[in-house]
Amino acid sequence: MTAPLLDVQHLTVVFDGAPAPVTAVNDVSFQIAPGETLGLVGESGSGKSVTAFAILRLLQRPGRVAGGTVLFEGRDLLALPERDMRAVRGARISLIFQEPATALNPVMRVGDQIAEALTVHGLASGGEAQARAVELLEAVRITDAPRRARDYPHQLSGGMRQRVMIAIALACHPPLVIADEPTTALDVTIQAQVLELLRELKATYNLAVLLITHDFGVVAEMADRVAVMYKGSLVEQGPVRQILRAPAHDYTRNLLASIPGR
Amino acid sequence: MSLLDVRHLVKHFVRRQGLWRPPSVVKAVDDVSFTIEEGEMFGLVGESGSGKSTTGRCILRLIEPSSGEVLFRGDDVLRYSRSQMREARRHMQIVFQDPYSSLDPRMRVGDIVEEPLVIHRLGTKAERRTRVAELFSLVGLEPDHLRRYPHEFSGGQRQRIGIARALALNPALIIADEAVSALDVSIQAQVVTLMMDLKERLKLTYLFIAHDLRLVEHICTRVAVMYLGRIVELGDTRALFANPTHPYTRALLSAIPVLDPDTPRQRIELDPSSFDREAPLRQLGAGHWAAV
Ligand SMILES: Nc1ncnc2c1ncn2[C@@H]1O[C@H](COP(=O)(O)OP(=O)(O)O)[C@@H](O)[C@H]1O
Ligand SMILES: Nc1ncnc2c1ncn2[C@@H]1O[C@H](COP(=O)(O)OP(=O)(O)O)[C@@H](O)[C@H]1O
Ligand SMILES: [Mg+2]
Ligand SMILES: [Mg+2]
Repeated sequence: MTAPLLDVQHLTVVFDGAPAPVTAVNDVSFQIAPGETLGLVGESGSGKSVTAFAILRLLQRPGRVAGGTVLFEGRDLLALPERDMRAVRGARISLIFQEPATALNPVMRVGDQIAEALTVHGLASGGEAQARAVELLEAVRITDAPRRARDYPHQLSGGMRQRVMIAIALACHPPLVIADEPTTALDVTIQAQVLELLRELKATYNLAVLLITHDFGVVAEMADRVAVMYKGSLVEQGPVRQILRAPAHDYTRNLLASIPGR
Repeated sequence: MSLLDVRHLVKHFVRRQGLWRPPSVVKAVDDVSFTIEEGEMFGLVGESGSGKSTTGRCILRLIEPSSGEVLFRGDDVLRYSRSQMREARRHMQIVFQDPYSSLDPRMRVGDIVEEPLVIHRLGTKAERRTRVAELFSLVGLEPDHLRRYPHEFSGGQRQRIGIARALALNPALIIADEAVSALDVSIQAQVVTLMMDLKERLKLTYLFIAHDLRLVEHICTRVAVMYLGRIVELGDTRALFANPTHPYTRALLSAIPVLDPDTPRQRIELDPSSFDREAPLRQLGAGHWAAV
């Protein structure tokens, strides 16, 4: 097996507070190989987003990493100086959120927001960054990209805003994308288009994806492997076919059995 | 006689676009007709903006339709006076999607469930309290929950509170507008089981509004598919799912993620120019119509 791109070991996240601290992520370990998609599934509150935020060191007080290591491209992200970490975020690991409406800057043209991702990381500037932005909008299949680049987020549909988020996430060709419920807020036909796009981009750029979702259908369509999270812990992980056909853990079985028509 | 008979329902919203541009008209509901028989679980599906909520709200006159008829037990409620309509609402109740915003956060949940009884001046204080306790046990909540506030409950429990409130006046028809859409799948299963169970015990009829076709296929007797304000396909659940005919229905069904990684995806993209938006519903077979 090739060396993992991301190697999370014994990650533990605690939210300090009264009456007692809450362990939101409890001794979680998983790996992602280059180009691989790992589906992280679980119901709301199970700790999926907190895991993603801990990896990127974006946790806010009172949350803190209480233990574990996050090896990425051979370095422990949890031990990096914040300056180096800033260079990782966006350039080497980028994040796609559920709700593009809140992640995008409402008063900035979407083309400028994509260009900014490039300038911040020193990959392009000025007219070149603008031109790259339009190319990226084309890459995420936005029609009439030069004109759309001049739109503000509110002028776009939900599906288009999510494509813009994906364009920003891909701007610096990161080897790893963390997608936190990227299609949960979208209608099912739009979800299908966005998933199709993600599949194509994965192949084109050999992207590894940590795909966070509560929908086993999305996992079945996208993931190579699955990790099932329950109350902060991983209860099982394995190849997608194995988890869907022969879930080993009761929680996974119940979750699958709750899906209508199952 | 059908319990509910919606005929040529129309709701247009006028949207102003600033001082200098003419207002635009959104045909949120555009000539919608369907009937629901006593004891049915009737599904209304479609993607966001297709007009499902507007349809549900027009039936209860929470918003006034532009035109059409809504016959409840044969009587057009759109002709009712305010006091007649108030009386009619005893028999038709709605449960909303968002368990977080549909319950008044400042009220104890016991009072929330009791409120419809107070509004309709039913029973003495003691009788109402007994009724609320009864409703709580009916939906699987504990008596000691009565004095708590909505924020102390999980999403699934809040939806039970919304259902208890809707049941307070002993209605015949429940309009469930995405009532389980925001819930986790295991919680969703519990609330749906409760709704089905109540349907049998209390002889309820449901208009079940949803965007999740998997769920609707599983629980509804008949289904209407809405697209941009119109019903494009309607039929017995089995017939419709076995032989989806309208291009929109087919696109919608093909977009649902399949739980088997080895099933080849056969996604059908909707080509809006491939069908006539104005086409009337045409019968395809026993209990199955499509606008093709
Ligand atoms: N700001 C916070 N303060 C306290 N606890 C939090 C906070 N954010 C998250 N948590 C805790 O972390 C748990 C996991 O949250 P999250 O990762 O957002 O779940 P998921 O993304 O799986 O829905 C929550 O159940 C909660 O207990
Ligand atoms: N109060 C309103 N004013 C203007 N337009 C509205 C209003 N309510 C709904 N609409 C529009 O009507 C259409 C149908 O909306 P809705 O019935 O909420 O759809 P659904 O419930 O199927 O998502 C949408 O285009 C929506 O923007
Ligand atoms: Mg989350
Ligand atoms: Mg709605």
